[in-house]
Amino acid sequence: MKRTLILLAALLSCSLLQAKEAAPLAEDEAVEKRLVVISEELRCLVCQNESLAGSRADLAQDLRREVRKLIKDGKTDQEVRDFLVSRYGDFVLYRPPVKPTTWLLWVGPFVLMAAGIAVLIVYLRRRSREVKDTLLSDEERRRAEALLKESE
Amino acid sequence: MKKFLIPLVLFAVLVGFLAVGLNRDPREVPSPLVGKPAPAFSLPQLAAPEKSFSPEQMKGQVWVFNVWASWCVSCRQEHPLLVEFARAGVAPLIGLDYKDKREDGLRWLKQFGNPYDLSAFDADGRVGIDYGVYGVPETYVIDKQGVIRHKHIGPVTVEALEKTIIPLINELKRS
Repeated sequence: MKRTLILLAALLSCSLLQAKEAAPLAEDEAVEKRLVVISEELRCLVCQNESLAGSRADLAQDLRREVRKLIKDGKTDQEVRDFLVSRYGDFVLYRPPVKPTTWLLWVGPFVLMAAGIAVLIVYLRRRSREVKDTLLSDEERRRAEALLKESE
Repeated sequence: MKKFLIPLVLFAVLVGFLAVGLNRDPREVPSPLVGKPAPAFSLPQLAAPEKSFSPEQMKGQVWVFNVWASWCVSCRQEHPLLVEFARAGVAPLIGLDYKDKREDGLRWLKQFGNPYDLSAFDADGRVGIDYGVYGVPETYVIDKQGVIRHKHIGPVTVEALEKTIIPLINELKRS
């Protein structure tokens, strides 16, 4: 009994020792996390429908390396974005900045929606007026009732 | 009023938008660097690693900066045009061998001819990033003050050379 217990304890301690924590893939987890947050909002210029975070293109890897370096240098997210915008233009941003050239882009959908609602209101008002105008006269109502009775 | 014309007009407008939008090349992203000073750098030369090149050295001249690499397929397409351009002697042509191996780059120039006055060697692509390179080949026209005046993305074509690049160079030379 004692022997078994000792054996069991030995086995347990072995497995405990072996259960080592998985080493993080990147050297600095905090940097990687910020890298992902920033680069998910940035477009990869080679495969334009991929984000910089998800792309395996060569350039994306280089740019991630560059962004990683900027983060380590203590740059803010905005400074990192500015770094890329100054080289590749607003196109790298998935969320275009609000400025005179993009006003139409930002406001356009709402303008279209407002126009659509206005047209709808005008149309509905006109129709309800027309419906009111075409109410039956007493004579017509009598005729209609007579016709309905006839068909019964 | 002819009400049935309204959908027709709307359709025509839509077709107009699509015709313009779909005929654009989505790969051609306007560069924010046009009109800005060319980013400074100092890199070893491809053929002579002990010598360096920096855009400073070109001050006072209108010059063309062409990003290429031996692994780049469309560079082969534009290469004969660059050779011809260099032979015509319109302006100095400086190359940037982008993310390449030195011996591959040198072999490539030997095989296809070397139109460049010299090529700078950008092994890790760091200078490429400063110039906003995202698809090799890319070509820049830089004026006497060192300001980027034009960027051509993708292989240069006869049309681009004759209609845009060469007239621009001649105009910049006069000013």
